[in-house]
Amino acid sequence: MSVLIIADLQDGHIKKSTYSVISYGSEIARMTGSHAAVLVLGTCSDAMNALGNYGATKVYHVDDAALSELDPKAYIQVISAAVETANADVIVFGSNPTAKAVAPGLSARLGAGLVAGACALPDLSNGFAVRKTVFSGKAFANVSILTPKKIITLQANSVSLPPTGGEAQVEKLSIAVPASNRKVMSVQKTEGEVPLTEADIVVSGGRGMKGPEHWGVLLDLAKTLKAGTACSRPVGDAHWRPHHEHVGQTGVQIAPNLYFALGISGAIQHLAGVNRSKVIVVINKDPEAPFFKAADYGIVGDLFEVVPRLTAAIERLHADK
Amino acid sequence: MKILVCISRTPDTTSRIAFTDNSTRFDESDVQWIINPYDEWYALVRAIELKEKNPETVLHLVSAGGPELDAILRKALALGGDEAFRIDTTSNDSYTIAAHLAALCRQQQYQLIFTGKEAIDTNNGVLGGMIAELYQAEYVSLATRFESTAEGCTVSREIEGGEETLSCPLPAVISCQKGVAEQRIPNMRGIMGARTKPLHVITPEAVSPLTSVVQYELPAPKAGVKLVSADQPEELIRLLHEEAKVL
Ligand SMILES: Cc1cc2nc3c(=O)[nH]c(=O)nc-3n(C[C@H](O)[C@H](O)[C@H](O)COP(=O)(O)OP(=O)(O)OC[C@H]3O[C@@H](n4cnc5c(N)ncnc54)[C@H](O)[C@@H]3O)c2cc1C
Ligand SMILES: Nc1ncnc2c1ncn2[C@@H]1O[C@H](COP(=O)(O)O)[C@@H](O)[C@H]1O
Repeated sequence: MSVLIIADLQDGHIKKSTYSVISYGSEIARMTGSHAAVLVLGTCSDAMNALGNYGATKVYHVDDAALSELDPKAYIQVISAAVETANADVIVFGSNPTAKAVAPGLSARLGAGLVAGACALPDLSNGFAVRKTVFSGKAFANVSILTPKKIITLQANSVSLPPTGGEAQVEKLSIAVPASNRKVMSVQKTEGEVPLTEADIVVSGGRGMKGPEHWGVLLDLAKTLKAGTACSRPVGDAHWRPHHEHVGQTGVQIAPNLYFALGISGAIQHLAGVNRSKVIVVINKDPEAPFFKAADYGIVGDLFEVVPRLTAAIERLHADK
Repeated sequence: MKILVCISRTPDTTSRIAFTDNSTRFDESDVQWIINPYDEWYALVRAIELKEKNPETVLHLVSAGGPELDAILRKALALGGDEAFRIDTTSNDSYTIAAHLAALCRQQQYQLIFTGKEAIDTNNGVLGGMIAELYQAEYVSLATRFESTAEGCTVSREIEGGEETLSCPLPAVISCQKGVAEQRIPNMRGIMGARTKPLHVITPEAVSPLTSVVQYELPAPKAGVKLVSADQPEELIRLLHEEAKVL
């Protein structure tokens, strides 16, 4: 028996977000008395034995360039074959676009119960139950997986475990990749930005920013923090910012370590996309703004005066380090 | 062209979330129900646009659940669509629902199946991918743009840090989010017309569930906000660094 963790790759490199997913899978292996293996799909130029640092004892590598483009059908086929080789009974993904495309179909293919967006280690006291957020972060559900094979996609920044140290043994797997019926025509990357769902820190602006021409103070703060940038829905709707920055119930849901809300009132639909953030900071000139009730830290004041001083203070902090 | 739109019912976005029966069941008292926003604003509207462009298109709507879903299906039919199906079930296991929907797909031979990106109550986002596997269709998740073409379709989808545009053949299951279409408001004619559109109730074959919800929990309340004076914003950075340890 083993736990198989599916690595997430970009441009031939394993994404940093995969490390915590490996730690999580390795901890499940420890709890269930099995071992953890990582599955790397596609060309990879990283030293894969180093993934042992997060508790994996084995890395399976399917070194086929055809996997650098995502075709869910091909991925499901290849992962199913690897599950068999690894004799895996638990399969773990990070909660990323690839997992969203592949994990549901894999669940149906293998007849393996799936918990999407898990936020805790499984509870083994009575079967195999995994906690996940429901109602857009307003509640949790403990979901019992009833089948011998189990699939989990892990919410980012939800479980943090220390590295264990160690090296993994790398084994090449040759699995035929089925031909794809689809064709990627173009890829548009938003240049120079930290992807929102991967960002440790997010700086977000609402209507209180007054207009797109005032975004400079926000972008300066974000740059100093190496943070991703987000916005409320009216800001996206008014095209002050690109629509992929819109967070909330009907936008992107994020769970960074630190979320800055500048001039956002804190409507319930906005909170639904950000309330899983570890620490929330609210800057708003209205002391009655509902966002203060959901915040950890706050400043009642004019953001255009406060924010540049925050940026300067962070620069000093970095200089002192 | 034959299109299916999958509709789920969710509590209104401002609903109070509470549980009953020893936290095993969602407390439905005083809850206002709506069509899941992703299903209504994006999946359904895009399908209606396709039918408007090509009136020969057959547009079906489906929802799996109890009789309480009939009102939601009528609301959806007021926006558009020819017929609706309700698959009569009490299950909340995604796989079970997907298996029921895939059975309908096989019976009706849809070329396009639209779902929302996720239901805002389950926050799963898994149903479409399961249907695609069971119906042996292509799956494009997190779509931000959809165009029908002679060979199939052209779809843009969200990837980490950007978007990818791809072409794929039919049948295909598309999970829709912002960008695919613009929200519409039903008009009086639509609402009146919806009353007489057929709504079929299907009794599905039994399926063994893969998961079950054991219990719900509400998050622990926040300790309360720590306010820093606007005259001393630097103090906030010190707290984030030394106390919260996030900087
Ligand atoms: C079904 C549905 C779904 C929705 N989904 C979403 C969603 O996904 N995401 C989302 O964000 N919204 C969503 N909304 C909209 C939501 O209800 C709110 O209308 C929206 O979040 C408000 O945006 P805002 O906070 O930017 O603007 P406002 O509510 O106008 O707030 C602006 C804030 O800025 C403050 N301010 C003004 N000037 C300054 C200054 N100089 N310094 C400091 N503070 C200042 C004001 O005090 C105020 O609190 C949804 C609504 C519905 C009905
Ligand atoms: N009971 C249901 N009946 C029909 N369609 C559903 C149902 N539940 C979910 N869906 C569809 O599947 C999508 C994803 O749901 P979920 O996987 O639960 O997040 C929704 O946006 C709907 O389009």
